[in-house]
Amino acid sequence: MKVHFDSIGMRFGGVRVLDDINLSVNAGEFVCILGPSGCGKSTLLNIVGGFVTPTEGRVTIDGEPVTGPDPRRIFVFQERGVFPWLTVEENIGFGLFRQKDDEKRARIARYVQLVGLQGFERSYPRELSGGMKQRLEVARALAVDPDVLYLDEPFGALDSITRLQMRRELLRIWQAERKTILFVTHDIEESVQLADRVVVLSARPGRVRRVVDVNLAHPRDLSDPRYIALRDEIFGEIGLAHQI
Amino acid sequence: MLGIAVAVAAWQLAVAASPRTLVPTPWQTLRAIGELAEKGLLVRYVVASLFRVTWGYLAAVAVAVPAGVTLGLSRRGDSAVNPILQILRPISPLAWIPIGILWFGVGDAAAIFLIFLASVLPLTTATVEAVHNLEGVHLAAGRNFGLSHAELVRSVVVPGILPQLIVAMRITLGIAWLVVVAAEMIAVNSGLGFLIVDARNAGNRYDLVVAGMVLIGLIGIGLDLLMRRLERLPSVRWGYAAE
Repeated sequence: MKVHFDSIGMRFGGVRVLDDINLSVNAGEFVCILGPSGCGKSTLLNIVGGFVTPTEGRVTIDGEPVTGPDPRRIFVFQERGVFPWLTVEENIGFGLFRQKDDEKRARIARYVQLVGLQGFERSYPRELSGGMKQRLEVARALAVDPDVLYLDEPFGALDSITRLQMRRELLRIWQAERKTILFVTHDIEESVQLADRVVVLSARPGRVRRVVDVNLAHPRDLSDPRYIALRDEIFGEIGLAHQI
Repeated sequence: MLGIAVAVAAWQLAVAASPRTLVPTPWQTLRAIGELAEKGLLVRYVVASLFRVTWGYLAAVAVAVPAGVTLGLSRRGDSAVNPILQILRPISPLAWIPIGILWFGVGDAAAIFLIFLASVLPLTTATVEAVHNLEGVHLAAGRNFGLSHAELVRSVVVPGILPQLIVAMRITLGIAWLVVVAAEMIAVNSGLGFLIVDARNAGNRYDLVVAGMVLIGLIGIGLDLLMRRLERLPSVRWGYAAE
């Protein structure tokens, strides 16, 4: 067991946003936290990331309580998180300031390659597309070799085609690097395409309504009846009929 | 360019149309600049003014940027110091001239003090503002990668505020230049401000007065263009609207 949420509760002023969240995530597991807007799922991710202290309960990672952000666990924001004043290679090298130059260069080269940004090493983020910026931020996170990645609706700002490609990329990277991933999304399809388990939160205050195991091998066939059944099950759980 | 040509022509016509004016023509003004150059005063006065501006302004940057960053990052410090800054800010730097002379005597130090004072307040306020405008995700990312406070300031805060800071520094340099001229009218006996007052007092040499004004304007533009070049640095271009 890698990450453990122990009765997490959160209030902002008088408003209760999270209520009694209990959850365990195994090492190497890909878990999606799914819920409607405003259900506190981003807050939950900020708590496990160490940026916000919960009003109740605690999070432990490898048995140690989380007290603040830690470079062993990197938070990936939407593509806004890349530093616009640094080039692609400087961004990827940002967290490597304690490494020797050789090691730093090698890692930068490796992750430029892994996320397919060859030829853009000296470009600035403003010269990149949204998808490329997102890949850059993932590369910057992976370069410090963290155990856990936290992704907060990372593909929300991308167009739907790029978003599909990015999901495939992320799965490829996850399979290559075997990180534990906590991925927050409000997109049901996205969660079933990516996750080993989907944690469905209720509307505010966020509670765990259900945890759905997605026992489908990758690559997942989106017309597989089992995929469709799982997807519709979650649609039903959230209270939506899957039709427009 | 065309605008300047039209303005000079209008100036010429206006002077020609008023026979008893003391205002010189453009040509007389140019000759006055030539006269200053011949006497060796042109370079001396320009250098004197630039010298005072440089020191007063650099001292202000050296104080305002670290102070602004510190206050910007500390909510408590900001709420303690900000009201004082806001009360001091609307006081014209010229109102400080008597105090400047009282503390530093008549001379360079008083003029430099006034420039410092005129620059340091707006630049501090602008730096605080720039720190408040930093993207929260950039600070969060910096902390996530394990940066110490000093490293965070160096690697995230400073580069993050730089585009806004450069604009503020450019505007502040304009203010500093405005103030040096005013300060020289009172506290010293060299420089372009001194030239203007001196030329009027010593025989109504209005050609020299206007020559001084033209030089002040040209150098002001020159300083501004110099600062604008900083805005072209590759690591700050992100902060400005796309060309």
